[in-house]
Amino acid sequence: MYSQGLIGAKTETTEDEAFLAAFQARIDAEEKIEPNDPMPEGYRRTLIRQIGQHAHSEIVGMLPEGNWITRAPSLRRKAALLAKVQDEGGHGLYLYSAAETLGVSREEMTEELLSGKAKYSSIFNYPTLTWADIGAIGWLVDGAAIMNQIPLCRCSYGPYARAMIRVCKEESFHQRQGYEIMMHLARGTAEQKELAQDALNRWWWPSLMMFGPSDTDSQHGDQSMKWKIKRFTNDELRQKFVDATVPQGEFIGLSFPDPDLKWNEDKGGYDFGAIDWDEFWRVVKGGGPMNRERIAARQKAWDEGAWVREAALAHARKRKARREAARMAAE
Amino acid sequence: MAGASTVSRQALTAFLLRLADDHLVLGHRLSEWCGHAPMLEEDLAMPNMALDLLGQARALYQYAATVEGAGRDEDQLAYLRREREFSNCLMAERENGDFAHTMLRQLYFAAFMEPAWQAMLSSSDEALAGIAAKAVKEVAYHIRHAGEWVVRLGDGTEESTRRMKAAVEALAPYVDELFESDDVTAAMAEAGIAADPAALRPAFDAIVGPIFAEAGLDWADVPYGQTGGRKGMHGEAMGYLLADLQFMQRSYPGAAW
Repeated sequence: MYSQGLIGAKTETTEDEAFLAAFQARIDAEEKIEPNDPMPEGYRRTLIRQIGQHAHSEIVGMLPEGNWITRAPSLRRKAALLAKVQDEGGHGLYLYSAAETLGVSREEMTEELLSGKAKYSSIFNYPTLTWADIGAIGWLVDGAAIMNQIPLCRCSYGPYARAMIRVCKEESFHQRQGYEIMMHLARGTAEQKELAQDALNRWWWPSLMMFGPSDTDSQHGDQSMKWKIKRFTNDELRQKFVDATVPQGEFIGLSFPDPDLKWNEDKGGYDFGAIDWDEFWRVVKGGGPMNRERIAARQKAWDEGAWVREAALAHARKRKARREAARMAAE
Repeated sequence: MAGASTVSRQALTAFLLRLADDHLVLGHRLSEWCGHAPMLEEDLAMPNMALDLLGQARALYQYAATVEGAGRDEDQLAYLRREREFSNCLMAERENGDFAHTMLRQLYFAAFMEPAWQAMLSSSDEALAGIAAKAVKEVAYHIRHAGEWVVRLGDGTEESTRRMKAAVEALAPYVDELFESDDVTAAMAEAGIAADPAALRPAFDAIVGPIFAEAGLDWADVPYGQTGGRKGMHGEAMGYLLADLQFMQRSYPGAAW
């Protein structure tokens, strides 16, 4: 799951005008750009940054949900959660592969994640405190991700667009599963309803922040839109999400933690209150409740897995050497 | 439930719960790795195997609940029994340790279950034969996956060899328990429901032996094997595993999820 207006990519590029115009003509003709096609450096850099952030979000996103696998309240819920978290890992894997087509390795991207140079969706810097958070993440976080990713299925870069088609199918399954957890809680005992409401209260605003800074403050929107890496602005996607999600919450009797949320007949959508962008930037820059723990967990897995990865390589080299020795002996 | 005509409900239930507990507990251990594996591929493979084990556990609990006929369901069997009522083998509950420990534990359990499921394919109990038909394909993959890692780590670097040997030493005391027979297993064998565990040992050795040979590993001597799991006598880590597993059901008694 991932959705966050791209942060920190440099879209400026140095190619001559004829090159850029020819490239733009292909984009405007809705041609897919493939790995060996000529492309502006800024386009390549923006995509590496975006696909990398997306992949990292999938991987870091395994942690908050993984936090509840061993404590899932029924065997059926446990199986569904395990499968979901595994799906996220799978998304990470094909996104890293998509980024590799642009000439960057998984190891390089991993190192950038661990050093803090590369970002991931900052929603995962909030803790999963109760079982209801698993429902809220599926419903809201995967729901927000879908809003962002459906248009990415038409992204101008072929490998990314194709990866998104499969990812979206799985995410929409996750979203329904999360909503079903919330519905079950909201219709359960008073204690269960309280869990659901509390989770919605904590996850609602961070979910709205997932779409990234408002269009008036977003630095990279225009060029990404022109190159058709993005198809809608952050605010457009955020509005779509609110309009789709609010009736779902009301249907199961939950209320949203926003006194300014109300239907606006004229615009045919909901008005909602001001987002706390100070909180957003604080969490993006490392000040969220779980930033340190998330990176520390990834670092620990990477460090403690080093001997395993080295052993796999060493064994492969030995096998190859033995095969070659056997071949030489036979000749 | 053809087999139940010749064995007591009680014995069949006890046998099914043993198997179910083995799978649930080992699946729980594997799932603890999720998000923390040495490489992304293993972050997919371990939850995959955990899902297989959980699926097998659920099928076994559901069938045990039917045979028992006491109105309990799969969740009550998994979440509301106490530690001394759990009858999983000690191997399944051993803590993950490093990746070498986890893969060796997986290989041992899969090499024990592969011939067990093979025998259950022709069980006189049709329901169990049905569960075996699915499980036997899954366990073959577990042997391949864990076995390949035991070879890579055993014959990898100096460090991985040392770690793999340490895992063999550490898990050796829990191997023999897998093949213990008692009244319950004897009743199953006699009714043609499942093989006598003792009879599975040659098949286990035939699976693990060549893997060890390729990995350059030797069996560890076991002067004192550990036993007791089938009678509900577990290691100290088991209580924490259940506290984790059963947390929600214990905190919100009677709630449905």
